[in-house]
Parts: sequence; structure tokens; C-alpha cells
Amino acid sequence: MMTVELLFSSAVGVLTAAGIYLVLQLRTFPVILGLSFLSYAVNVFLFASGRLVVNQPPILTKYAESYTDPLPQALVLTAIVISFGMTAVVVMIALSAWLSARDDRVDMENEDPPPDDDEDGETGSEAPS
Amino acid sequence: MNHWIIAPVVLPAVLAPFIIMVIRFHLDLQRIFSIAGTGLLVVISLVLMGQASGGTIEVYELGDWPAPFGIVLVLDRLSALMCLLTAVLAFFVLLYAVGSGWDTRGWHFHALFQFQLMGVMGAFLTGDAFNLFVFFEVLLIASYGLMIHSGGPVRLRAGLQYVIYNLLGSTLFLFALGTLYAVTGTLNMADLAVRVAELPPDQSALLRVGAVLLLLVFCIKAAVLPLHFWLPAAYANAPAPVAALFAIMTKVGAYSILRMYTLVFGPNLTVTEGLISTWLLPAAVITLAVGCIGVLGARRVGRLAAFGAIGSMGTLLIAISVFTAAGSGAALYYLVHSTLATAMLFLVADMVIERRGNDHIACDMRMPQNGLVAAFFFAAAIAMAGMPPLSGFLGKLLVLDATRDAPGWSWIWATILFTSLVMIVGLARAGSLLFWKPFDPSLRETRSDEPEDGDEDAGVVEDAIDTTPQPVAALPFVATGGLLAGLIALTVLAGPAMDYANATAQQLYVPQGYIGAVLGEGSE
Repeated sequence: MMTVELLFSSAVGVLTAAGIYLVLQLRTFPVILGLSFLSYAVNVFLFASGRLVVNQPPILTKYAESYTDPLPQALVLTAIVISFGMTAVVVMIALSAWLSARDDRVDMENEDPPPDDDEDGETGSEAPS
Repeated sequence: MNHWIIAPVVLPAVLAPFIIMVIRFHLDLQRIFSIAGTGLLVVISLVLMGQASGGTIEVYELGDWPAPFGIVLVLDRLSALMCLLTAVLAFFVLLYAVGSGWDTRGWHFHALFQFQLMGVMGAFLTGDAFNLFVFFEVLLIASYGLMIHSGGPVRLRAGLQYVIYNLLGSTLFLFALGTLYAVTGTLNMADLAVRVAELPPDQSALLRVGAVLLLLVFCIKAAVLPLHFWLPAAYANAPAPVAALFAIMTKVGAYSILRMYTLVFGPNLTVTEGLISTWLLPAAVITLAVGCIGVLGARRVGRLAAFGAIGSMGTLLIAISVFTAAGSGAALYYLVHSTLATAMLFLVADMVIERRGNDHIACDMRMPQNGLVAAFFFAAAIAMAGMPPLSGFLGKLLVLDATRDAPGWSWIWATILFTSLVMIVGLARAGSLLFWKPFDPSLRETRSDEPEDGDEDAGVVEDAIDTTPQPVAALPFVATGGLLAGLIALTVLAGPAMDYANATAQQLYVPQGYIGAVLGEGSE
């Protein structure tokens, strides 16, 4: 039993750490991978929030002396569906952002120049559109 | 069972697929159905408010499952108020979107708009924490589509940032819910309140972690300071009607804080006593300061409005985070005001951008309808800064009054008063640059991309107009005027509005009523 819990908790920890590391890369592909890792981590975590029970049915019957909590499994299912859809959405938006801006950085440092070009009236060579 | 409660969720949920599947190629029909649906939503919300204003808390059990097992929708004064505010805001924003032609600049604006309303309404009505997460996702998914409506590289990149930030927030939300479920074994808010109150204080470490994680999630939504980074880029680059509608999105975060931390982790609860306001109050004060400084420093009209939104969230959360009935009453009054004012500022900002062809706060060509737009900007700025004629002044006065007994009240008062001045200066600077010094002849030489065909002003002005389609010129003013009328009504009817807000706050601080209504009498 102890090994299962150790495995579970370390899996959540490793997945979360990997996810956060990848999100901090600030490029769309690693960020999307990182978000996927984070969603795996949270799915595993949610699954464990009903306590880890081995070899028990998720329904309390008169024959079973114990059961595993079915609600976290339903929550995980919802979370999986949502994160799956979200991953598809973020991939599409990232793709169109890359195709239109030819830049896969997530932070917008160089894409949002301050408009002091116009105020100074000196560097009018490339006016921001 | 009162079926009106689910109507604000069902109506947009039915209308949106109808718009996508049946009338997707008929923009006129889409506009008619969307406006009619949103108008109907206003009526439904008024009915709900009528039902809730008596003080009864009504519960709608989905699938007729009793409360801790099934999902419930709960209608109390707070939910009814938020629903009505959403519906009214959405109605005027939609009028603006139709009038300014924003809905023609991409696909599925009206369907996404209705899905967004469904999510917001659901979030305000639900009585289940996991269901709150689901409705958050519904409103977020729709907002991703709306955020990148009509495309463009900068908007898509800002949208990507917004999506990623919110996906991280959603992950955090799930971690928080998992933690709470692990401790209490339930996610029904009323049931959570009962279980949390029964928990022995020496076993509450995990619960406190869950409470703070949940607060972080709501603070992301409400753009409280260390977590506000997503807001300026997203709101400034979103299409203007969408940004105006997003004024309610930050309020969803504020609503959730108010709901969860009065009902579940109430101020009298020993295990989380002082935990929330200790963190929330300083964060709100700093949020207010940074928002107002951002207004002063903004060089683009969109960012000006976005930082104004952050500043108003700061004031709102200061009032919430003292967690007294007076504070929450002031917060609710200010919430209604700041939602309308923020939305109005975004719409006026869009009018400026449409007419000038750029969003820089600088001397530029004189725009058409300069005086009319300037008047609207003036009204929006007065509302935003909290100057006397409009309800912002009353709201700030109420907030000041409510924080009189709070610890560190001198800091709060100093911040609110000083940042009001900063915001007035910032808005006045922007307004005078945009409207009073609108023509700088030296600019024409530096602008290589401007066609130099006309020497006289009229020719240049004509070029500026040509860049923007204006199908129905009067409707944007009607929509913005509607929001202004809302602000004026809130000022004139401040007495009844304040009575309702105070009654709402008192209902919030007696959670037994809510728990009893959801779980059946006698279970509290």
C-alpha cells in the first residue's frame, strides 16, 4: 500500500514540476506540453483525493465490505474532457498566432512597441499598425 | 420547484447552438435572435430578482437529486443581482457590437457571446464548487473565441497568452478542489460549509491550503495584483465589445471570493480566521495603486481602460476583504457601478480608436464627432475615477465608510484617496491629448504611410473615416448611452440600490439561511 501512495504522490510531483518547467520556457510548443503535463498531474491528484483503495469496486453493494470513492473518478473524467478540449483550442490558437505573427514566443515583449515613435516624431520609418 | 432559476443558463445554451447550426449564414437573423435572447435574459433576470428580493433563498435541484448528491442551482439576492447586471451589460454591449460592426469581422460572434453568457450566468447561480469550475470553463472557452475574434497577429498572440494563463488558473482550480474534496468529502458549497465548520482545528492544515489555493484562483480571475499580468494585454487587444463584456469576468472572480469566503470559509470560522483578509486586503490595496498608476502611464487607449479596470477591482476587493456586512454592501454597490463604468470606458475607447485609426494617446488628426465622443469619454472618466456627479463617488464614499474600522484603515484611506487623484490626472491627461489637442500639424511629415493628397484638414479627416466601416452610426452611441443611463440610474436610485446591497450583504453573513435552503431545514 505504501508503495502505491509513494508512486502516486511522486508522480504528481514529477508531472507538476515538469509541467511548470516547460511552461516557463515561454515558447508555444513547450508551453502546450507543459500544460498537458500539468493537466495529467491534476488528474492523478484528483483521482487520489478520494483516497487510494486497491481492488475495490466503485459501488457499495451488500457483498462488498469496502468500496472506492466513485466521485473523484467522475471529476477526473470531467477534467480530462475539459483539458483535452482546451489543449485542442490552445494548439489551434498557438498555430494561428504563429502563422500570422511568425513568432512562437508566448510573452509579448517585442510585439507591443510603445507608441513613442509617434510622440517623438523621429523614428517614423516603421509606423506600428 | 421554481424552473425560472435555470432559465438564464438554458436560454443562451439553446440559443447559441441554434445560431451556429441553423442561421450561421444569416447575419441579420443572428443579430435579431441574439439581441432578442439577451433582452429576454434581462426580463428573466428581473423576474429572478423579484423573487429573490424578498429574502427567500430558492434552490433548483437538477435531475431532482437532493442537495449533497446532485448539483443544485441556488438563487439568493447576490445571484439575482449578478445575473441582472450581466444581462443588462450584455444587452448594451451586444447593441454596440452590432452597431459598430464588430460582429461582422469574424465568425460566430453571436454564438460565442451567448455561450459566454451561459457560463457567466451558470457561475453566478451554481451552488456546487465543481460545477463552478465547469461554468468557469464554459465562460473561459467562449471568451477564448471572443478574445481572438477578427484575428490579427497582436490579438492572436495576446489571446494565446490569455488562454495559457487561464489554463494554468484552471489547473490550480482543480488542485484546490481536489484538496478540499480530500479533506471534506463533498463539493456542494452548503455541505462544504457544514463539514468545514465541524472540522477539528488541529486537522485543518490541508483545508487551509485548499482555501488559499482557491483564493489564488479567484484572484487570477479578479486580476488581483501579483496575478493580474494577463489582464492589460488581453483586455487592451480584445475586440472592444468583448473587452466591455469582460468587465463582468473579473467580477466573476470577485463574486466567487464573496460567495466562498462568506459561506464556506466565513469570517467566524476558527480554522481560517483572518487567513483570507490578511492576504487579500494588502493585495487589493496594491492592485488599486498599480491600476491607477497604470492609467497615468498608459500610452494606448485600450491599456488605459484595462488599467482602469484593474484599479476598480482594487477598490472593490478592498471593500470585500474587510469581510463585514457593511463592507460587502459597499462592495456590491461599487461592483455594479464599476462593471458599467469599465464597460463604458472600453466602448468609448473603441469609438476613439475607430475614428482615429490608431490607439495611441497622443496628438493626432482631429476625429469626426469629436465633441460627442469627448462628452462620452468625459462621463466615462468621471465614473471611472469616482468623481461626484456619478455613482463612482458614492461607491468610493461607501467603501471609505466601510473600511473605517478595519485594521490599517489609514493606509486604505490614503491609498483610495491618493489613487483617485492619480486616476483623475491620468484620465484628464488622456482626455486632453485625445480631444483637446487633437491636431498636430507636425505629425503629418513624420507619417510616411499617410496619404498626403489633401492639404486642408477635411481631406485628411475623410481618410481617417474611410478606414472604418460604420453600418449603423447611431447604435454605438445608444449602447454607450445605455450604460451611462445605468450609471445615472444607479446614482439617482442610490437609496434603493444601497438597501438591496445591504440586504444582500446581510443575507451573505447569515450562511445558515443558505445552508438550510440547500440541505433542507434543520440540517444546519
